[in-house]
Amino acid sequence: MVFFAPNLAWLIPALPLLGFLISAFAGKRLGRPASGYLATFWVFASFAVSVLVLLGLLGMEGEHRRALVPLLPGGSEVPWISIGNFTVNYQALIDPLSMLMCLIVTGIGGLIHLYAVGYMAEDKDFPRFFTYLNLFIFFMLMLVLGGNILLMFIGWEGVGLCSYLLISFWFEDIENSKAGNKAFIVNRIGDVGFALGVMAIFATFGTLTFYQADGKGFLDQALLKVTAHGDLTLAIATTIGLLLFVGAAGKSAQFPLYVWLPDAMAGPTPVSALIHAATMVTAGVVMITRVSPIIVQSYVVMNTIAIIGVFTAIFAATIALTQNDIKKVLAYSTISQLGYMFLACGVGAFSAGMFHVTTHAFFKALLFLGAGSVIHAMHHEQDMRKMGGLKNKIPITHLTMAVGWLAIAGIFPLAGFWSKDEILGYASGYPRFGMILYAVGAFTALLTAFYMTRLMMKTFYTNQRFNEADLGHGHGHAGHDDHMQHVSAHDLHDAHDSHDSLDAGHAGEGGEGELAAQDHSHDSHTGVHESPWQMTFPLIVLAVLSAVGGLMGTPWANKFEQFLEPSVAPASLYEPHEGLPLLVGLGIGLALAVAGILWGLSVYNKHKAAGALLTDEQRTAGTPLGSLYRGSLGLWGVDRFATFLGIDVGGAFARTMAWIDRNIVDGLVNGVAGAAGISSEMFRRVQTGFVRSYAWVMLLGVCLVVASLLWPILSHH
Amino acid sequence: MPVSSPHILTLVTFLPLAGALLLLLFKRPVDEEDAHAHGNVHIEGANEGVEEHRVPVNAAANAIRYFALGVSLVTFALSVLLLTGFKAGQPGFQFEVGPYAWISSYHVNFHLGIDGISLLLILLTTFLSVLSVLFSFNIKRRVKEYMIFLLVLQTAMTGVFCALDLVLFYVFWEAVLIPMYFLIGIWGHENRIYAAIKFFLYTFAGSVLMLVGIVFIYNATGSFSLVDLLNPAGAGGRLAAQDARTLSLLFGSFSLAFMIKVPMFPFHTWLPDAHVEAPTAGSVILAGIMLKMGTYGFLRFCLPLFPNQAMQYSWIFITLAIIGIIYGAVVAAVQPDMKKLVAYSSVSHLGFVMLGIFSFTQLGLTGAVLQSINHGVSTGMLFFLVGMLYERRHTREIAAFGGLKRAVPILSTFFLIALLSSVALPLTNGFVGEFTILQGSFMSPFAGFGPTALASSGMVLSAIYMLWMFQRVFTGPVDKPENRRMLDLSLREKAVLVPLVVLVFWFGCYATAWTRFLTLPVLALTNGTNNNTSNAGKVAGIEKAGHSGIRLSARP
Amino acid sequence: MLPVPTVNYLILSGLLFTIGVVGVLVKRNPIVIFMCIELMLNAVNLSFIALGRHFAQINGQMYVIFVMAVAAAEVAIGLGIIVNLFRQKETIDIDEVNLMKY
Repeated sequence: MVFFAPNLAWLIPALPLLGFLISAFAGKRLGRPASGYLATFWVFASFAVSVLVLLGLLGMEGEHRRALVPLLPGGSEVPWISIGNFTVNYQALIDPLSMLMCLIVTGIGGLIHLYAVGYMAEDKDFPRFFTYLNLFIFFMLMLVLGGNILLMFIGWEGVGLCSYLLISFWFEDIENSKAGNKAFIVNRIGDVGFALGVMAIFATFGTLTFYQADGKGFLDQALLKVTAHGDLTLAIATTIGLLLFVGAAGKSAQFPLYVWLPDAMAGPTPVSALIHAATMVTAGVVMITRVSPIIVQSYVVMNTIAIIGVFTAIFAATIALTQNDIKKVLAYSTISQLGYMFLACGVGAFSAGMFHVTTHAFFKALLFLGAGSVIHAMHHEQDMRKMGGLKNKIPITHLTMAVGWLAIAGIFPLAGFWSKDEILGYASGYPRFGMILYAVGAFTALLTAFYMTRLMMKTFYTNQRFNEADLGHGHGHAGHDDHMQHVSAHDLHDAHDSHDSLDAGHAGEGGEGELAAQDHSHDSHTGVHESPWQMTFPLIVLAVLSAVGGLMGTPWANKFEQFLEPSVAPASLYEPHEGLPLLVGLGIGLALAVAGILWGLSVYNKHKAAGALLTDEQRTAGTPLGSLYRGSLGLWGVDRFATFLGIDVGGAFARTMAWIDRNIVDGLVNGVAGAAGISSEMFRRVQTGFVRSYAWVMLLGVCLVVASLLWPILSHH
Repeated sequence: MPVSSPHILTLVTFLPLAGALLLLLFKRPVDEEDAHAHGNVHIEGANEGVEEHRVPVNAAANAIRYFALGVSLVTFALSVLLLTGFKAGQPGFQFEVGPYAWISSYHVNFHLGIDGISLLLILLTTFLSVLSVLFSFNIKRRVKEYMIFLLVLQTAMTGVFCALDLVLFYVFWEAVLIPMYFLIGIWGHENRIYAAIKFFLYTFAGSVLMLVGIVFIYNATGSFSLVDLLNPAGAGGRLAAQDARTLSLLFGSFSLAFMIKVPMFPFHTWLPDAHVEAPTAGSVILAGIMLKMGTYGFLRFCLPLFPNQAMQYSWIFITLAIIGIIYGAVVAAVQPDMKKLVAYSSVSHLGFVMLGIFSFTQLGLTGAVLQSINHGVSTGMLFFLVGMLYERRHTREIAAFGGLKRAVPILSTFFLIALLSSVALPLTNGFVGEFTILQGSFMSPFAGFGPTALASSGMVLSAIYMLWMFQRVFTGPVDKPENRRMLDLSLREKAVLVPLVVLVFWFGCYATAWTRFLTLPVLALTNGTNNNTSNAGKVAGIEKAGHSGIRLSARP
Repeated sequence: MLPVPTVNYLILSGLLFTIGVVGVLVKRNPIVIFMCIELMLNAVNLSFIALGRHFAQINGQMYVIFVMAVAAAEVAIGLGIIVNLFRQKETIDIDEVNLMKY
């Protein structure tokens, strides 16, 4: 048999699955760090296979870069489900999109595994952590490789499960467990949409396979605008598209289903980086890109995706402006960036969306891992108000994070610059309301640059606002204290108060009182330390990728777009317009990024005496910004509303139903039984217990019977 | 004996009964609870966990236990022979026993036989019975009677799934109630008498109406034989010739009995009481097998005998099924008692089964049978696990637990698997059943997009109540000292759970292995209904949509 | 000598039966009630035999033998109950015994 690299594809998910099984059954025996290194090995092995398969794919002719290969060892074709003509085979779709995602998932996933070996080194559940991580990689690969949409759904729900398991990894804190539940349940809402979309696809096209060699896959059909029953009408395309988008919005944290993602930061930081920044949350974009031939058939769907996307982008950015928890800033930033990706999908720029998925995976994983390194160094302190001045204490972390900062802000020529501006360029060319989309998106870019600068300033550049001697104390369960500050307006005061009392004697210690920090800047016996090599190595690799990764897709030589071409809907299906001239777009993008950074620098510059002493709250108090600040800090009330709706209203409804069940539905049943009881209570009085009265009744009965028998005879006479 | 000999079926059905009769000859063991009540070995409070350690060796009781286990194991092995001898490609009933005249003056015959649906349900019965006997080794009081009732119950349930004569079916159907009544009433918990009586009377009230229906059918057609009644040239033709009102009443009398057994909203209230009060094995059998008798009844009698009525009234069943899915899940969420929570989740899951049945599509019906089996596996597993927790703490209150994941990691892993199967995560059995049901209902002319969307909200709700329970029981700090020294699973308990886990993933990853047995019986059902679609179409105002098994109707 | 006409037997039988019924209804001593029941049974026996002779059929006599056998068994059980009752209640007054009361 001729060697055909895509036939190796079954190994890609199989290796992490093997790793999962080994970890699950023998992880404890392997102990740490061996179990962690072994888990890392499987992911990198999978990466190696992915590279092999990719090389095989590149060897194929451009148009035919697509293969449907068995996903079981030895190429066996065993159907998962086969009922009538509903057949789902274990098959992988090997094409540029799936291979791109395989590389991201296994590549970045491997780095994060390595990072976690260092980050989790002290954790008593070390093997369990890697068991879950390997399982996650397996499901994520199923998601991106699945040859039909139901296999994708396996991965889809599977990563949701792993996300749940990893968010609530430190389950002894009930808040983590609640955050995990929230993530799973909100994701499930989206999953229902996805599942209904899958059903609609089968009902419409009679198959769930994406592409088939005989051209009968549902995307093959959609490209020709036909279904199993006739033409693919706008109504059908709209229904399917919207249902699938509900699924994508759940998984990729789009408004209003984003509420789970900030809470998901309760998980260990490597999890936040891997699942809640680089891979899983982008699954929605991958899925929409995968089914793009259907999406582009309906302008309703495209409009919806574009509007929700751009709204999520700006909405989340406004929240990110004011958060004090370093991971929460990054979480809202992730939501915002995901909004950009959906904006891209909505305007038909699927390749640009995937490009942003890729670059975002680089720089957001970098930022999260950097944040994890900071948290590690700070002995699990996440509040940026209690940081500052870390620039020289953790230099590698600082430098790599700075690359990520500039990349996400969109500074030339780093990765974010290219991908973000490509999206905005396409948005400006969207036929219906492109310029509005562009304007909102561009303004979001300004906000992005600002809040990332704020994060960097508060963490690294402003003066130190903590007492190193206190680090590591007051945290009863050190080693797993990533849990979130549940920030709301009044929490802020609590934080200040507790901090003040903790550091009594340090004037102006609350918030950003930077003068006081001078008192303890002597570093001789510092509690702050740079992270081990397992953590810094991935940071460096990701920093390099964030710096140069964007060069894959420059507007002049867009290798990336050409590579993805076989996987996305051809532009001919939706006819994009000319948008802003290229250089104008790039120029405005760069200008906004620089402006945002300068704005941030000026607000948080320690040399600017007047503002420096103030917290964000004090700074905005009394100005029109004050209420905006509080609104943003309070997450614009969305979380509170969601909690009210889900917990209070839902709980009351459930309790009412339970009451009805007990008292009305079952009450009726018991009522019937009760009625029988009451009637027998009445009739039992007849039983007096006197034998002779029974005899009298009997005589009476006999007389009646005899009389009734005689009556007809007598009455005849 | 050749594998295809029909007498395997007789053996599978009656071997447990024979075992029960032999058990009568065993010496009655001393109650072990009494033994330590007299101060033999028991040390109060210490060793709350696995009970075997403090139990005096009771040879008589152990002889009974191992004998019962042996009987159920042999029965299970024989039922596997059924599986290997079964020809999936052959239509009609296989392994037919009889008909032998039983009450010849009324043409009542002893007549057994199975098709693919019966086969899977019988396998489920024999399988869960083995595990139930094994789990019931912890029964200390009146072991002999307990095992006898368990084995008699097994015979009655198997008989229900393979009887081909209406009277024989009815006898088995009612016979199931008797041992279960005693299992709940004697070995149950605090409120057991109330629950046992409620369970008995409620389900009995429904099935008496079915008896009236059976007698009426005999009067009208002169036959009790299901095979004859399915034959359009025989009694089936005479039955179909009855006027529509009569047929509707007959359909109603059968349906009511089955609806109560399933149970469908609003006839479900016996279920939580019976589940909560029954001993663990009783709950497992109740949820795992007895509820399936109801769905089986629909598949075996209501749909084939009254196809037009079934379609005409399908809207009622679909409505009640969807209400049941949502209602069961919502009520489950706020139950303070774990068993009650699982019981209400059964109401929700069985709603899916009913939705699949009344979608009249191949996918829906196949999914319904799969979901019946799956529910037996996953809910059975959940009940076993709750029973294990009960043994350790003597409470089922969710609030009494917390943080168990640290104390009993293996138990909590098994619990998580059962939970995931119950919330229908892909690659577990629950997903295959639920998805095919929803897909079938989506494409059914009787349901369509709206009802399917409503039903699929059950996917979210099941995640809510299950995860919330998991959160409260297994996560958080271990704040109750009695939970801290809880013992993890014993070998016997693992032996109960591991086969269930295997099935969870076997069904979940390779459903085709099982669905091939269902193709022909389900096609027979859809063909039965399709042939009458033109009729029912007029009645229900629905156009005929092709005559293949699956209706491809684009319903955007 | 002419045979006694059947109707005379029937009248006697009716009288005996009525005496028995009244006895059962008014007496409080179970032994007396028992004797009254026996009286009723024998009244019926008498009419059976009389009618059997009247219609020249053997059935009447057959039934009488049945009735006698049953009556004997009944007396055995009944007396047993009465003895037991006396042991339990120290009385055999039928009005004092109302165990079957609701």
